[in-house]
Amino acid sequence: MGKKTPLYEEHLALGGRMVDFGGWDMPVQYTAGILAEHEAVRKRAGLFDVSHMGEIECTGDRALAFADYLVTNNCQRLNMDQVLYTAMCYPDGGVVDDLLVYRLQDRVLLVVNASNTEKDVAWVTEQKETFGDGVQVRDVSAETAQIALQGPKAQEILQRLTEKNLDEIAFFYAAENVEVAGRTALVSRTGYTGEDGFEIYLRSEDAVHVWREILRTGAPEETLPCGLGARDSLRFEACLPLYGHELDREHNPLEAGLKFFVKLQKPDFIGHAALAKVQEDGGPARRLIGYRVLDRGIARQGYPLLDAAGRTVGITTSGMPSLTLGGSIGLGYVPAALAQPGTSIAVEVRGRAVPAEVVKIPFYRRSGK
Amino acid sequence: MTAPEDLRYTEDHEWLRADGQIGITAFAQDQLGDVVFVELPEVGRELKKGEAFGVVESVKSVSDLFSPVSGKIAKVNQELVDHPELINQDPYGAGWIIALEGIDAAEASSLMDASAYESHQEGGH
Repeated sequence: MGKKTPLYEEHLALGGRMVDFGGWDMPVQYTAGILAEHEAVRKRAGLFDVSHMGEIECTGDRALAFADYLVTNNCQRLNMDQVLYTAMCYPDGGVVDDLLVYRLQDRVLLVVNASNTEKDVAWVTEQKETFGDGVQVRDVSAETAQIALQGPKAQEILQRLTEKNLDEIAFFYAAENVEVAGRTALVSRTGYTGEDGFEIYLRSEDAVHVWREILRTGAPEETLPCGLGARDSLRFEACLPLYGHELDREHNPLEAGLKFFVKLQKPDFIGHAALAKVQEDGGPARRLIGYRVLDRGIARQGYPLLDAAGRTVGITTSGMPSLTLGGSIGLGYVPAALAQPGTSIAVEVRGRAVPAEVVKIPFYRRSGK
Repeated sequence: MTAPEDLRYTEDHEWLRADGQIGITAFAQDQLGDVVFVELPEVGRELKKGEAFGVVESVKSVSDLFSPVSGKIAKVNQELVDHPELINQDPYGAGWIIALEGIDAAEASSLMDASAYESHQEGGH
């Protein structure tokens, strides 16, 4: 038996098919199924339980400076209540995790991947020593629930449950002490689907009430509860990396296409020297690419990528049927020379080389963005 | 989930009809979720009991299909190439996958009947 979020009983009641995810019992889908849940988020709204995510609070005079030293993106430039996406690296440039950093009034909040929470807490705590008494670190994961309402109708639905004018929360900003269905929440306009939407942080004991209220008030829009299956297919189409797939200790954020989130002009951060060297040496030797499968066959994580001569030159990190376009699309690492869109490659599907083509990513970008 | 009385079943959730037709059970398609791709074998291929003959893929998973009995592939359901969702919609009918000929009656009768399969399902497999 794995760990359970405060919404576990809700998942069972909604017909959630429970699977193990990083030690947590989580719904991979509900009765509607992954395809319907995916479509609900793209066209209307979907509600996700992401309470398994880890939350680490940093407080003290030097909390922001500390966060800035931990991650590759620039925290010092954050406005109050602003949020950023970033990688956190080892000294050799390999990725500890990817995360969100929230600059809040009295603290800096790090939101990390569920399966990495323990590792990250240990890592952050260890790094804190160089900052002495200037920083305190606290793992608040257990007392924090998180739900994500995502999709073009997300704002309209959430607005019915709060007095806060949600127009005031800009993309990648947060608001604290927002009353949602009568419970106090931290609300940010963030997400992992490629759609507009909100992530709502609550005390664990408030999660069931707010979850039910959102589904109830979102009924006219046919808001669906969505499981990890749709979460993965949505993030994959939007080419948002997933730790353990596109990111890990063996890959640095530059080859993962996260250059925008690596600020080498910052004086120092963990991994700075290693990443600066990669850039000085002409950029990464391998790169994350997106590809489209040109014949029958579905790309999957671990499937080898072949060059035009049939040599194995890379590996698929995520692959799936393309839910909107038909056929299949994949993400994977290949040598930089093969990373140009239009390059012919092949993916090996159960021993068979299936032709594929490198394409521009992301596969999906919402209109008007 | 109720399993039709006239079929035989494997532990891997395939069914076999007396005329040699093979598919996956309602329970199996429910567990898989939306089927989006089916890889079918060539007609004429000889299969041994338990041999993998094809693949069904859902959004999240890839699953091998295993032959319940030995025999020669007489037909494959080409409809599944463009309509893999038939496996979800009608697993015991339009969602059939292959049909074998020359099957061994003793092998067929050694498979589970409907009530044994229902108990097997309830065992959580």
